[in-house]
Amino acid sequence: MNRRKLVSRIVFSVCAALLGVAFALPLIWFVFAPFNAQADLDLALPKPPTLANFARVFANGAAVGALLNSLLQAFGTVLLVATTATLAAYALARTTLRGKRVIEYVLLLFSSVVSGSAAMVPIFLIVNALGLIDTQLAVILVFAGGLLPTAMFILRDFIASIPRGYEESALVAGASQWRAFVDVVVPVLRPGVTIAAVWAFVQVWGGFLIPFVLLRSEQRMPASVEIYSFYSQAGTPIVPLLAAYSVLYSLPVIALYWYVNRKYGFRFFGGIKS
Amino acid sequence: MSSRGAKVSSRTGVAFMTPAALLIGLFVVFPFFWIIAVSFSNRSLLGANALHPQFVGLKNYLDLFDPATFWGQGGFGPSLWLTIQFVVFSALCGQVLLGLVLAWISRELSPRAKSLLHGIVMLAWILPDVVVGFAWFAYLDRDAGTLNQLLRGLNFPAADFLIEHPFLTICMFNAWRGAAFSMMLFDAALQSIPPSYLETADVVGASSWQKLRDIVLPLIRGHIVTDLILITMWTFNVFTPFLLTAGGPSFESDILPIYTYRIAFKSFEFGKGAAIGVIVMLINLAFSLAYLRLAQRGLRKKGKAA
Amino acid sequence: MASIQLDKIGKSFGAVDTIREIDLAIDDGEFVCLLGPSGCGKTTTLRMIAGLEQPSRGSIRIGGRDVTCAQPKDRNIGMVFQDYALYPHMTIADNIAYPLKVRGVAEATRHEKAREIAEVLHIGQLLDRLPAQISGGQQQRTSLARALVHPAAAFLFDEPLSNLDARMRVEARAFLHHLQRSRGMTAVYVTHDQAEAMALSTRIAVMCAGDIVQYAPPLEIYRRPATTFVAGFVGDPPMNLVAAQATRNGHDVALRGAGLQMAPIVSWPALDLALERSDRVTVGVRPEHLRITAGDVATNRLHGKLFANEAMGPESLVTLDLDGGVRVTARIFGDASLRIESDAAFAFDADRFTLFDAQGVRIPGAAEDPSN
Ligand SMILES: Nc1ncnc2c1ncn2[C@@H]1O[C@H](COP(=O)(O)OP(=O)(O)O)[C@@H](O)[C@H]1O
Ligand SMILES: [Mg+2]
Repeated sequence: MNRRKLVSRIVFSVCAALLGVAFALPLIWFVFAPFNAQADLDLALPKPPTLANFARVFANGAAVGALLNSLLQAFGTVLLVATTATLAAYALARTTLRGKRVIEYVLLLFSSVVSGSAAMVPIFLIVNALGLIDTQLAVILVFAGGLLPTAMFILRDFIASIPRGYEESALVAGASQWRAFVDVVVPVLRPGVTIAAVWAFVQVWGGFLIPFVLLRSEQRMPASVEIYSFYSQAGTPIVPLLAAYSVLYSLPVIALYWYVNRKYGFRFFGGIKS
Repeated sequence: MSSRGAKVSSRTGVAFMTPAALLIGLFVVFPFFWIIAVSFSNRSLLGANALHPQFVGLKNYLDLFDPATFWGQGGFGPSLWLTIQFVVFSALCGQVLLGLVLAWISRELSPRAKSLLHGIVMLAWILPDVVVGFAWFAYLDRDAGTLNQLLRGLNFPAADFLIEHPFLTICMFNAWRGAAFSMMLFDAALQSIPPSYLETADVVGASSWQKLRDIVLPLIRGHIVTDLILITMWTFNVFTPFLLTAGGPSFESDILPIYTYRIAFKSFEFGKGAAIGVIVMLINLAFSLAYLRLAQRGLRKKGKAA
Repeated sequence: MASIQLDKIGKSFGAVDTIREIDLAIDDGEFVCLLGPSGCGKTTTLRMIAGLEQPSRGSIRIGGRDVTCAQPKDRNIGMVFQDYALYPHMTIADNIAYPLKVRGVAEATRHEKAREIAEVLHIGQLLDRLPAQISGGQQQRTSLARALVHPAAAFLFDEPLSNLDARMRVEARAFLHHLQRSRGMTAVYVTHDQAEAMALSTRIAVMCAGDIVQYAPPLEIYRRPATTFVAGFVGDPPMNLVAAQATRNGHDVALRGAGLQMAPIVSWPALDLALERSDRVTVGVRPEHLRITAGDVATNRLHGKLFANEAMGPESLVTLDLDGGVRVTARIFGDASLRIESDAAFAFDADRFTLFDAQGVRIPGAAEDPSN
């Protein structure tokens, strides 16, 4: 019995190690290259390790500008999604609105049926008709529309788990409905809003297709499109710069996921990260 | 279950819904209907058809399924067939199986090792598209890439995977990229199995494989089906392989989302692109209806048990 | 403080009439319990008084003012919820002071007031903590303090003690009793625990399936339950109810039932009236009015097989399975040495039983004013 257990332990550990290495392999290059001033696509220990690549990124106006564009688009979307989704989710969770069920069902269907790549054409045409092609606002609005349904479902579940007694006791204590919402629901809902906001941020931050299709001018492109054009077009890519830039660009996403995972634990919120 | 109390009045409810409804209406619902309308027109980006697109009936659909060109190079047929293979290999065999194995293995690991393994797998999932695109671009480089260095070290012949095996490459890539979701889902499912079930099996001396087959799989069947549907839907719509191969070379990795993009934004045949979009959405609809039905059945079951 | 009147109040959820038609007049300074089994509509009634639920029919007045359509915030009430509903993100002080905050009272003043009421409720040392950091009993008192901090017209309680353990419940009950009697506040209190209702109320409204079946002071309800439902709900253990058949013999009425034997009784007008409609009656006897008897000596007796004999300390609960299958319990002071399954009998005095007619409505006793 004990012997068998030991053997199975060893087998499991070896499998785990192999799988771990297999998953890590495509990323290992990223551990070294950013710190290597002469980095190329091969795996080489940087000697000496240096932060020069990062300094070069920060000296590059286009690269920094793209990061700032990413920030602007992500924050704009998060703000829009967080406020409108909270309000709408509250209405979904708490009103006697007739046809609420139908709204939910239709929303769920639409949000999963209308995928980015299938809806690219009409979204492009709508944005074009609105005269918003090549504006950051267009990117923000389109992202917000696409992310809203999921954000609403995440928040609706959070609101549904808040005891109604919280609002009711505020109402009885003399608060108006709006006041009860602001004083009691919003603060209690903060974890939900944080999670939805982080999720939305990460989606926009990493989003490629929407800005790729909607934007034209270099100075409005977010980092995702900028990086792609760095390695796909410009003949021979400037590898050390690109490596450092990719790491910088990934850090916020990793940090946010780490934070949410640590603070709230990883859970599934309506098939998050689609 | 009654939904009682603290009811926000319907008027407040409508006011609260309005901003979200506008955004969703404009960028989710409206595109849905517009795409159907555009798919019946000869709309294009430039020229006369941009300003005054004409109704062309089913022409775009007939063109797509025209037997003369259906199976041709860069046609709809090969792309559809490629996408089906892509879903089967990279999602169903790749992600789901990998996720299950990872979740099952990590059960036996120490907490440290488990969180390390999960961390690595999660990293592949959370990094932005262009970063993993670039990572694989470097990883697969013909001369210097990590994979070829490793292969040479093990005395295998090196290869330019992006050129020589584009389809295999995007399958591996997608399996690697998405396995984390299945892993986390199955991990949660496994944790929901009371330890006493497995301990009972231990007592009678069942092997790890027997436990998995006889106890665990039947218990997490619901999770597996959920996972299959979601993963299939996502893989069906994934655009990221574009960043590796851009659909090439010579359409060997031309999956539907890339095909749509190419038709609409490279050839600017919006009408035809929309027609493909409609077909893709119909397929999505089938999947999400299946998913909703399943989710509701699950809810009802839970309600009964409670 | 104020009076409360419910006038022909009804509430339907969809096609279901949860509350049929309730009239309830609560005087200024009264403590009224809504007592009834789970699902009978107590909470719904209370929530209509609070304004959290809109009545489908009828009207509500608080302090003489018609508030049927008023928002909760305009009714000037304090309410304690079953799960306390303390805001998890606010300190105890902020929780207590919240009703003052929404009324625009300055921070210093409202914290002063919160401190005062917290001292009264013995939670003054907890003011800086969060709700998650205090015990259940302290949470209960915090929610009480939040209801009391503002001088409301009336106070509403929805099973406020049901989440406490048994010992704390008794303690908190006495405290509430003292608080209400000393302050003379108007209170409506929902509970399914008849002991709580007995201990606290000036009047109890016993509810059954959306109706008030009896509204009277506690002892009146105990002594003269209006129906078999009230009789079977109030008291611990509740009144024993045994079906019987009446046979007239001139002025005398003989009552006979399975396991029941009684001396003939002299009829009176109310009984005559009831027997004209049906000869089926129910005989009710309180457990404390039963005593163990041996042999056939007693004239009024219940006999059967001993089912259980539970010694509770000062008393014993002795349960018999009557020959007719009904189970009756006696509360015996001192202990009874009886063996399970042995034959046994209970005796009761001729003035210690209550009669109910075929519909389960109490037949007023011979000496009572029939209008009662
Ligand atoms: N919002 C609602 N919708 C439908 N039925 C309800 C609602 N609220 C209460 N009910 C029903 O009304 C009945 C009385 O409920 P309630 O007043 O909570 O009873 P109690 O407090 O006496 O246990 C119950 O059967 C309950 O299911
Ligand atoms: Mg209740």
